Amino acid sequence: MERIDRKLGLLSALPLAAILALSFLAPLVVVALFSIMPPKVFDLAHMPNFAAYSVFFDQGYYKSLLWSLGMALISTLILFVICWPLAYGMAKVFGRFSLILTIAVVMSLFVSENIRLFGWVLTLMKGGLIEGHLRAWTGVGYDSPLYNTGIIIFGLVYVYLPFMLFPLAQGISMVPDDTRQAAADLGATRWQILRQIDLPLAAPGIMVGSLLSFVLAAGALAESKILGGQAVIVIADDIETAFTFGQNWPLGAALSVILIIIIGGLAILGVNRIDLDAIMGRKR
Amino acid sequence: MNPSRSTRIALYVYGIATIFFLYVPLLSVGFASVSKARYLSFPIKRYSTKWYGDALQSETVRDLLVTSLKVAVIVTVISMVVAFFGALAFARYNWRYRTLFQKLILLPIFFPQTVLGLALLMWFNSVGIIPTWKTAIVAHLVWIAPIATLIVAIRAYSFDPALEEAARDMGASTMTILREITLPLLMPGIISAGLFAFLLSWGNFPLSLFTTGADSTLPEWLYAKMVSGYSPLVPTLGVMSVVGSFLLILLAFSLNWLIRSVRESRSAEN
Repeated sequence: MERIDRKLGLLSALPLAAILALSFLAPLVVVALFSIMPPKVFDLAHMPNFAAYSVFFDQGYYKSLLWSLGMALISTLILFVICWPLAYGMAKVFGRFSLILTIAVVMSLFVSENIRLFGWVLTLMKGGLIEGHLRAWTGVGYDSPLYNTGIIIFGLVYVYLPFMLFPLAQGISMVPDDTRQAAADLGATRWQILRQIDLPLAAPGIMVGSLLSFVLAAGALAESKILGGQAVIVIADDIETAFTFGQNWPLGAALSVILIIIIGGLAILGVNRIDLDAIMGRKR
Repeated sequence: MNPSRSTRIALYVYGIATIFFLYVPLLSVGFASVSKARYLSFPIKRYSTKWYGDALQSETVRDLLVTSLKVAVIVTVISMVVAFFGALAFARYNWRYRTLFQKLILLPIFFPQTVLGLALLMWFNSVGIIPTWKTAIVAHLVWIAPIATLIVAIRAYSFDPALEEAARDMGASTMTILREITLPLLMPGIISAGLFAFLLSWGNFPLSLFTTGADSTLPEWLYAKMVSGYSPLVPTLGVMSVVGSFLLILLAFSLNWLIRSVRESRSAEN
């Protein structure tokens, strides 16, 4: 059995491994190589130099990176706070309603994020769904809340809610009811149960959820473009501009490498610490 | 230690409010799509289905739909095959690099998609491939095949390897076991993976953005029009895309229900 397992394991991993090697790992190598090419070239046959990286500091691109990371951090924290009670409900309270909620949230994921963000523009803008009706009924309107940092964070929270919610719910469902019961019987307060039982035991879910939300939000583009009206330039925006209008691939590549190192470092760190077999319910 | 009644009610209300929050923007898009005015403002004064007629007659729209559909269908088929084998390597077989493989699969999911699209654009360029809708398939696969694999893996975790072992002890070959036992057992997982693959590809924008070359998918076109040069067709096509997805989900659910009830009536007869 053992020997057959080994052979079959390797064989059945091959198709996916080949796809990822050819169209995930190889492109990353190409990006890294492009990032050390002289400015404005479109092939790799040049002497390497690090001009693109010095531009990152000289021309203030690090500010976009800080904006992206900052907004990602804030939206991850907000997501954690608003998803916790809901995830708790899904894992411990809801029963059948849990399934309905899951289906509703997953279905929203299948709608292109562009369309959903555009829907928020129509909802929130001056003369939009809320303001328009408010003014028609009461005569009082308000100025457009769009095109600032707050609304970008709102967009990030909205789009990445499922990525926090589901891992959190999975994490909380791993907390045994007996343990909570025992703590309560021994006189622990709600706050103590939360801090000393729920949070530590749900830690794998918390970590996966936070990591996913942070990483995806840090590389997000559509929120700042559609809702933010470029009130803030995020790093993904700079990268896109370098490739398109700027026609400066090495600069875009260098910015990508910096973002990839931060995000990839976090992802590898997190992925290494979680036991997928345990989270996904392996029986043996 | 059950939460009090008032806590339970508060949680239910919170859950319903969340669903509402998720779907409000779609409500606005829906209203906007039937507004007669070229420049939208709420409350809507006149309703009309004019934009739907325009959309159905437009050749641009037809091209967009065809491109999106081609990409999504091919991505679905490839993802289902790859995910079946990938899930076995992920969850079922004990082999040497299993944990490494599990982590490799997660990396593309934990990766900003726009950057992934750009990386692929540079890669295609440096090996001399001109991006078209076909390269978008590759881009979608990098992200969707791992997700499909995870979905099938959940199913693979729950099945009993003793079934395969028994078949092997009775002399079945590896191919026979895969075809007669493993595949049917994983089928529900493979079908939901296929559904996910289709829907995620159909709605994907950041991966398509840089990898379709001169072709354009529906989400890409919508984005271009949202960012510059608004067209009243944007909400209309948005609604059409959403309705298409939801119809497919409905179809999948009712097929599932149909198959189940046919099976139950059969086993009742026996």
